[in-house]
Amino acid sequence: MSKELAQLTPELKAFIEEWKEKPGNLIMVLHQVQQTYGYIPREVAIEVSELLNVPLAKIYGVVTFYNFFKLQKAGKYIIQVCLGTACYLRGGDDLMKELERQLGIGVNGTTPDGLFSIEAVRCLGCCGLAPVIVVNGEVHGKLETKSIAGIIEKYRKLG
Amino acid sequence: MAYQSYVLICGGTACCSGGGDKIAEEFKKQLAEQKLDETVQVVTTGCLGFCEQGPIVKILPQGTFYVQVKDADVKEIVAEHLVKGRVVQRLCYDPEQAKKLVAEANIPFYQKQYRIVLRNCGVIDPEKIEDYIARDGYKAMEKVLFEMKPEDVVEEILKSGLRGRGGAGFPTGMKWKFAMQQPKGQKYMVCNADEGDPGAYMDRSTLEGDPHSVLEAMAIAGYAIGASKGFIYIRAEYPLAIHRLQVAIKQAKELGLLGDDILGSGFSFDIELRFGAGAFVCGEETALLQSIEGLRGMPRPRPPFPAVKGLWGCPTVINNVETLANIPVIINNGADWFNKIGTATTKGTKVFALTGKVNNSGLIEVPMGTTLREIIFDIGGGIRGGHQFKAAQTGGPSGGIIPPQFLDTPIDYESLAKIGSIMGSGGLIVMDETDCVVDIAKFYLDFTVDESCGKCAPCRIGGRKLLNYLKKISDGRGTEQDIADMQQICDAMNKASLCGLGQTASNPVRSTLRYFMDEYMEHINDKKCRAGKCSKLVTYKIDAAKCKGCTMCARKCPASAITGTLKNPHVIDPAKCVKCGACEATCKFGAISHG
Repeated sequence: MSKELAQLTPELKAFIEEWKEKPGNLIMVLHQVQQTYGYIPREVAIEVSELLNVPLAKIYGVVTFYNFFKLQKAGKYIIQVCLGTACYLRGGDDLMKELERQLGIGVNGTTPDGLFSIEAVRCLGCCGLAPVIVVNGEVHGKLETKSIAGIIEKYRKLG
Repeated sequence: MAYQSYVLICGGTACCSGGGDKIAEEFKKQLAEQKLDETVQVVTTGCLGFCEQGPIVKILPQGTFYVQVKDADVKEIVAEHLVKGRVVQRLCYDPEQAKKLVAEANIPFYQKQYRIVLRNCGVIDPEKIEDYIARDGYKAMEKVLFEMKPEDVVEEILKSGLRGRGGAGFPTGMKWKFAMQQPKGQKYMVCNADEGDPGAYMDRSTLEGDPHSVLEAMAIAGYAIGASKGFIYIRAEYPLAIHRLQVAIKQAKELGLLGDDILGSGFSFDIELRFGAGAFVCGEETALLQSIEGLRGMPRPRPPFPAVKGLWGCPTVINNVETLANIPVIINNGADWFNKIGTATTKGTKVFALTGKVNNSGLIEVPMGTTLREIIFDIGGGIRGGHQFKAAQTGGPSGGIIPPQFLDTPIDYESLAKIGSIMGSGGLIVMDETDCVVDIAKFYLDFTVDESCGKCAPCRIGGRKLLNYLKKISDGRGTEQDIADMQQICDAMNKASLCGLGQTASNPVRSTLRYFMDEYMEHINDKKCRAGKCSKLVTYKIDAAKCKGCTMCARKCPASAITGTLKNPHVIDPAKCVKCGACEATCKFGAISHG
């Protein structure tokens, strides 16, 4: 028990303590877990299950239901390609194909060097800039397929 | 100390991404250098709406409107405009033919708009409660708490004719009345801010630009129905909106405008945030409640309606962000005032996120009854790149596609339903002749199939079958029988699905079949896609007369389908071609075309 508890950061543990008695806490706790680790690690899910007294199966039921939660660690740079309607009409799909071609991975894949992951997202709410991609929160808008190589290179240089 | 001028900088997501956040810093720096920081105030506001031309900077009191401002331009604006009082002409919005337009009031984008919901967006600093209070903020709550009984509040909202802006258009006052009539005890007020429609960002902009209006409305609703607790269910993908709500809740509590015994009235109301996690179906009331309870967001049959049995079995009212933002204004100005705006059946205004193939993408608010033509051509500035208008899409994946013959239909809930679409939450996507209706229907079905929770068979299986038929037609393998089968599935899904998602998922297919049958038939019988979007039906050709043999296309082709020698015309092998279009985009001589 104590060994497994070491998996949790003190902040996370404090957060769970704070939310423990509140009804409907599971999703909020999982958000905090994902914010801490970038995904939901199995060991942590087991911990959460014990601390909140919720069956592990129920936790996985919730995690797999919602698109936002991830079960695998993503790359250092997460490239989100907007496939909302406005971006789709203005060529979001082509940006996706170009990224897949240049990085040699598919949607939800991660490059072998652990640098890049590609995700498809539905509408980031900046349709005026369509088509857009977001790399770790930085928005690149009004893109063409030929802009992709430069963007990848920029982050690759940052390492 | 009064300021002489104000610099308003749009802090909406699109403008921030375009560099708006750096502009505010630069203004502060430049103003300090010119020793103007005592007389000019820099305010980062919510979305000004004109996203296409962002980042936007507005100078008050003149109302000068600068577009596409870069941090390098700031020095000039400060030196010229704020020091010498001369407008920087080159940064003003300039439609091709007209003379330079300076003030916002002169820009066609704003002329037909009427702002109730967005009244404070782009005017106040959303992180300062004082700004909101100065614009009559929390005045409606005070009026309600001290001058009105709960029944009076419900009556006023009923009389105003306000209907739910989330899409379905259910009268808001009715919802409140049902919940109010429930026996006293624990009740809940929930704000639905899980804006999941692709291509829509109205609620996000409202929350980012004017978070207090939603908090105030929730407290009013709480008082009316007898709830002491409110939840805002908001997308985790909207970090800026979450941050602004957290700041707003903290400020309101500090001033005693939320929490225990508000303003000494004896009424207590507390608001907490709950994060969504990317499930479109959670826009459905009963699924949303499940999600707040920390469960998988799956809908349940109604009745019982949430107003009777909602969150943890208690009476619960769920209102959308835009609906709520109307409430304080209705209380302040009265139901009769609100009633005069709009059409016979639909009162007030509607916020639309105008996007797609239109010149001026952005966030707009118009009175109900405005026509699509006014929105797309007057406000939106027409179709981009000289293309032809083909269709408009409202209501996102649950809505329909509206062809040109209905451009002059005045928009309200009933008129849109009559032509096979829905009002929806406010996404308005414009398409031109390079968009294929089969492809669009496929795009939406792909979305709803992905987002179906899988609980009921009509939606889970029907959606998948429809998508398969659409893929088949798009690939050139469709038959006329497929059309008949699709229509049958559409009807079944519409009638038998458990929740709104399944009931409306077939709308994109139904409406395209209704208005663009000829294009479906072209795909099926002629194996042709006139828009050139269905890649299996497209062939790329090189015009030997125009080809200079530069070899660029052959080098760009990912499938090595192009052969030829230097300075001789090249050819494409259709068997190898993957129809990516890279060759056409590369050719400098316009020798490659598709059809």
